[in-house]
Amino acid sequence: MTAKIAYDDVEVGTELPARTFPVTRATLVQYAGASGDFNPIHWNEKFAKEVGLPDVIAHGMFTMAEAIRVVTDWTGDPGAVVEYGVRFTRPVVVPNDDQGALIEVSAKVAAKLDDNTVRVDLTATSAGQKVLGMSRAVVRLA
Amino acid sequence: MALDQSFVGRSYPPTEPYEVGREKIREFAEAVGDPNPAYTDPEAAKALGHPDVVAPPTFVFAITFKAAGQVVQDPQLGLDYGRVVHGDQKFSYVRPVRAGDRLTVTSTIEAIKSLAGNDILDIRGEVHDEAGEHVVTAWTKLVARAAEEA
Repeated sequence: MTAKIAYDDVEVGTELPARTFPVTRATLVQYAGASGDFNPIHWNEKFAKEVGLPDVIAHGMFTMAEAIRVVTDWTGDPGAVVEYGVRFTRPVVVPNDDQGALIEVSAKVAAKLDDNTVRVDLTATSAGQKVLGMSRAVVRLA
Repeated sequence: MALDQSFVGRSYPPTEPYEVGREKIREFAEAVGDPNPAYTDPEAAKALGHPDVVAPPTFVFAITFKAAGQVVQDPQLGLDYGRVVHGDQKFSYVRPVRAGDRLTVTSTIEAIKSLAGNDILDIRGEVHDEAGEHVVTAWTKLVARAAEEA
């Protein structure tokens, strides 16, 4: 593992570069195929509304995959991620238009731990609402 | 109806091996829009100290969730899958999943709780490679929303 960020160069409060990830209906179809999750709430508006959702929603695991990119882009080495957990608090609603939705992710170092690891707390929002809670990663730095 | 507490601690037999392919990793990385070369270029992965391309951190969920199907679809447990939503997800990695891995998953029911009529099920999936080495553990919390009274 060779993270490009050194443990000694970060402190509690260090912010990681924030990112905004677009998600459209096409993104969800592609993710369904790649992940094998074909639940119709992620591509069928009629079905989604029948089960009480406002519209088609993104896979929670898609949002989880996007959020950790802020960490793996920072470290360079995806193998630097030692732990990663989230709570799915609200769905990312994806309308059927050219714009889709945006997932905005910010992150900062919340604690310096043993063995060159740090805890990074992530915040993910869409349409102004938090979509992940308790979103944390433990990352091994150089 | 609340789930039977006696299922807590129950483990299911290990799954048949899932062989992780370079092209499946590429497909997943493209689907999440991540151009990190460690996912697609073996030389870039080697430069980081990995023997082959690695998978994005959440890739393994497809494997562990399929394995959790043994629990979710266990007729004796009787979970109402039509009402299930994904509550929490956590991974703890010994090393990243990589191309060439042949992975088996052992699923265990860690906890069953009933809260306001919702059934909450915690499943742990232990992922091992062909040599029997531990690669990653996945914890999945599923919530079966309360059924309307008939």
